[in-house]
Amino acid sequence: MIRVQNLVKKFADFTAVNDVSFAVPRGEIFAFLGPNGAGKTTTIKMLTTLLPPTSGRLQLNGLDPIRQPNEVRQQFGIVFQDPSLDGDLTAAENLELHGVLYHVPRKVRRERAEILLKLFELWDRKDTLVKKFSGGMKRRLEIARGFLHTPKILFLDEPTLGLDPQSRNQLWTHVKRLNETEQVTVFLTTHYMEEADRVAHRIAVIDHGRIVAMGSSQELKRQTKTESLEEAFLALTGTTIRDETANPSDQLRQVAQMWRR
Amino acid sequence: MHAIFILWLREVKKYTRSRAQIVASLGQPLLYLLVLGFGLGPVFQQAGNGSYLQFVAPGVIGMTVLFTSVFSGIALLFDRQFGFLKETLVAPVPRIRIMIGRTLGGATVAMLQGTLIFVVCLIAGFRPVSLSSIPLGFVFMALIAIVFAAFGTAIGSGLQDMQGFQLIMNFLVLPIFFLSGALYPLHNLPKVLAAVTRLDPLSYGVDGLRGVLTGRLMVFGTGTDLLALTLIAVVLLIFGAWRFSKIEI
Repeated sequence: MIRVQNLVKKFADFTAVNDVSFAVPRGEIFAFLGPNGAGKTTTIKMLTTLLPPTSGRLQLNGLDPIRQPNEVRQQFGIVFQDPSLDGDLTAAENLELHGVLYHVPRKVRRERAEILLKLFELWDRKDTLVKKFSGGMKRRLEIARGFLHTPKILFLDEPTLGLDPQSRNQLWTHVKRLNETEQVTVFLTTHYMEEADRVAHRIAVIDHGRIVAMGSSQELKRQTKTESLEEAFLALTGTTIRDETANPSDQLRQVAQMWRR
Repeated sequence: MHAIFILWLREVKKYTRSRAQIVASLGQPLLYLLVLGFGLGPVFQQAGNGSYLQFVAPGVIGMTVLFTSVFSGIALLFDRQFGFLKETLVAPVPRIRIMIGRTLGGATVAMLQGTLIFVVCLIAGFRPVSLSSIPLGFVFMALIAIVFAAFGTAIGSGLQDMQGFQLIMNFLVLPIFFLSGALYPLHNLPKVLAAVTRLDPLSYGVDGLRGVLTGRLMVFGTGTDLLALTLIAVVLLIFGAWRFSKIEI
């Protein structure tokens, strides 16, 4: 479903993604783990047509994100690291807008919206403006939205950042269920190892733009002779803390977070 | 087509929902209209130019359309901040349609706001020469709205933070307003100032609006105004679309 070969992304002075190759079969939940600045989000951006790669080959459901961006965009749903809802519209309107942008026929998008809003326990709040939602409700709505156009692949970029354990638990339950019922391939990143341990069929650990290990949680633990995935992760990536310089979008994120309070 | 429509609808919905903002945005035009309108009235009258309220009302309408449409374009910055922009950029819709939907939505909102100010002007005592002049007045309003919504999109596409926004307001939008002849006649100006006013797209908009609505002698003439605005609109739409296509998240 996803095929990446020798993917490289260079920015002016450093290489964010350095010769990465992997493949994700249909219906798999694949976790991409790595410290800050390891290249996770950059990889997702290239897979989702937001960023052109420097070199290497990409394929999503047999399509090339560079040459067929609009066809590829129809294949996936994505939940970004930070919110991407319109707070001045209601939950239902956000879904409606998404459905129109993804060419979902009117009847189908109304039906899907109802099913998904009920599943994510937002149906009775569907006519509330999204800016009045809590963080957890917004996240749920975003994931519901990601499923609206029945994507073949769902990208989740740190979807549980800043959520309480209840919301996180519920969110993964839904993702797992939809993965099973709709055979959606899930590509996720997270900093919570126990989440990856619980939901992911296979895990790739990336550091400094390279994949340092790949396999099931069991295999990674065996390979590093550790007890938990967290220990395995630390054994693979070391214990030094990665400091990133804030770029304009990080600064914007901070401003946006301030405004939201 | 659906994508353009839904993004247009989004802009209009956001506008009609922000009642507080609509009221707040009436403040500035009202100041210009009432304080300047009645304050400068006597001087203007003595100089033999007739009623200043009658003169300044089309300028204030033009100003309202300018500010609202530029702002709607720059609101791209807020969509970038609050993340919604990404949602539209990963959607399977060519970017040009997203840009057109947003820009037309912004222009429509500016038209609505301009219409509101037009009504306020009527209440304040402004009288158009004839009812039949009003439709052409709206054509001018629409052209001003499209020109500056596209202009706003072009600028908003490159903006990364709020500081940039202040810079644009002070060094681009306010000069466009003050150099447009919205507040004073463009006749008999010093040469340099006269030359600069001719580079300002809003000059043609205000000239057209004022000429059509009040029947005053125009600086450029209806034909020139329509042509100039249409050309500028086309150029800015292309430029805005190009800038929008270059956005990287």
